[in-house]
Amino acid sequence: MTGFIIRRLLQMVPMLVAIALLIFVLFSVIPGSFATGQQDEGLGLDMAVVTRMRLELGLDDPLHVRFGKYVAQLATLDLGISFRSRQPVADMIGARMWPSLILTAAAMGFAIVIGVPLGFVAALRPGSLVDLGLMIVAVSGLSLPKFWLGILLMYLFALTLGWFPSFGYGDGGLYHLTLPAIALGVSPMALLARTTRAAVLDIMNADFVRTARSKGMNEYRVVVWHVLRNALVLVLTTIGLQFGSLLGQGVVVEKLFAWPGIGSLLVDSVFQRDIPAVQGCILVISLFFLVINTSVDIAYKLIDPRIRYT
Amino acid sequence: MKIRANLAIGGGLTVLALAVGIFGPWLAHTDPIMDANLMNAELPPSREFWFGTDQQGRDIWSRVMYGAQISLTVGVVSQLINTAIGTALGVTAGYWGGWWDDFVNGLTNLMLAIPSLIFALAIMAILGPGLTSLLIALGLTNWSYTCRISRAQALAVKSQGYVQAARVLGYGDFRIMFTQILPNTLGPIIVIATLGMGGTILAEAALSFLGLGVRPPSPSWGSMLSDARETITTAPWLSLFPGMAIFLTVLGLNLLGDGLRDILDPQSRSRR
Repeated sequence: MTGFIIRRLLQMVPMLVAIALLIFVLFSVIPGSFATGQQDEGLGLDMAVVTRMRLELGLDDPLHVRFGKYVAQLATLDLGISFRSRQPVADMIGARMWPSLILTAAAMGFAIVIGVPLGFVAALRPGSLVDLGLMIVAVSGLSLPKFWLGILLMYLFALTLGWFPSFGYGDGGLYHLTLPAIALGVSPMALLARTTRAAVLDIMNADFVRTARSKGMNEYRVVVWHVLRNALVLVLTTIGLQFGSLLGQGVVVEKLFAWPGIGSLLVDSVFQRDIPAVQGCILVISLFFLVINTSVDIAYKLIDPRIRYT
Repeated sequence: MKIRANLAIGGGLTVLALAVGIFGPWLAHTDPIMDANLMNAELPPSREFWFGTDQQGRDIWSRVMYGAQISLTVGVVSQLINTAIGTALGVTAGYWGGWWDDFVNGLTNLMLAIPSLIFALAIMAILGPGLTSLLIALGLTNWSYTCRISRAQALAVKSQGYVQAARVLGYGDFRIMFTQILPNTLGPIIVIATLGMGGTILAEAALSFLGLGVRPPSPSWGSMLSDARETITTAPWLSLFPGMAIFLTVLGLNLLGDGLRDILDPQSRSRR
């Protein structure tokens, strides 16, 4: 088991290098580098300054030399210096990390607390009106644009009813967190409801459940002991995968609610053509995604030792 | 019973959305960009302006009708690109195996390791806003599921008797892939493409909402919502209709995808 965990963790390394390479190559082919970009924007830089900036930023080195430098930097957790604010990118991202994490965690919490029970209830009475109604809610939840839902929530609960602030971070407490978390959490909630329902239905028909029933176990114990436990293994994967992708999807919600997370930093940096900051944000988000997916794999194995990875 | 409801409602909504996408210019009352009239700014829905007017006095109904073109073009074209890339890589990887399979697997894992919206956002940042950039950004970032499924399907089918028979008859690799393997992967791929189209439409709306999609004044549903945010207190209907258009289109595609899955791919109901 320890061997498996170590192997799984080591597999992250080549993946990280590949992601870094991809991000690096993508941004190295940008038509018009940052320095010339400033000239294009009519900021009145003359060619001498542009040339000096290019030299200073090392933009004239060959690609593989720049990538070597970039990886060497990354290895010391140095994400470079922001073109605009002149601050280390790692510090800028560090300051935005916590808001993004609590928003994602709150959205996921909402999704789990509402979605899993809904899917479970629906699966206990497949084909009933309750099931149909819940599944309509679920497919609608998957089809809602997050930012539109956010706007509607903002209009109803902030501007009309005044229960919550319409945007901002405040002290990061529930008062400010609730609306963005719901806007972000509805689609994973819907997905979890569907996954839970499918998982429970699958397991209800499994041989070991039939055996449990036929040996006279009462229905409550069958459901709790056999069905729920096994369904949770399947649900856990969805939770893990969703958690990771929510970090990415959070961009829109963060921007809408002026939430000071990595996502809004990313979007702002894109508009400012602050390439080190953009690269840093994408890298950090992908790193989180990777860490979470790896943890899910490991947790999966711990819960269900039957699973073998080749 | 329920299967039919999925298909009927989903198919209906999808056909409606496609019709609006194609015939939008005829359904619109006014030009979506040029017919601005500040005298009519921010009027609520009325008999003349069914969905009201925006900050510049443009008819929202007309803009929503025109906006369908952009959303659906992006949805259909970029999903086609995704499907083509995913199937081509997946089928060849499954059929040939070896180093090519390892390479494709690595590439798929890499694609899955970067959240797709973030990846698309990065590509938009590099290419700059615009319709072509959107098609590329969303067409290159959402093929991994198609690739996985078609690879698995190709692997499963490859050792079947009829594929062996085709090989014995001297069929070339590409002919076998096209005539023997591809038809067997089609069901799940159509399902993924339908659901994926909803996903790309949502992603287009999100990118346009962030200001990275279609440039204003082009009427994209996402960019309309972005403008509407500023007037949410004075003119909430500006936010209502474009959002509703996105929601119904994506809902239609999702229901259609679910319905198709029940028919085309009955074993995989628990896959998602």
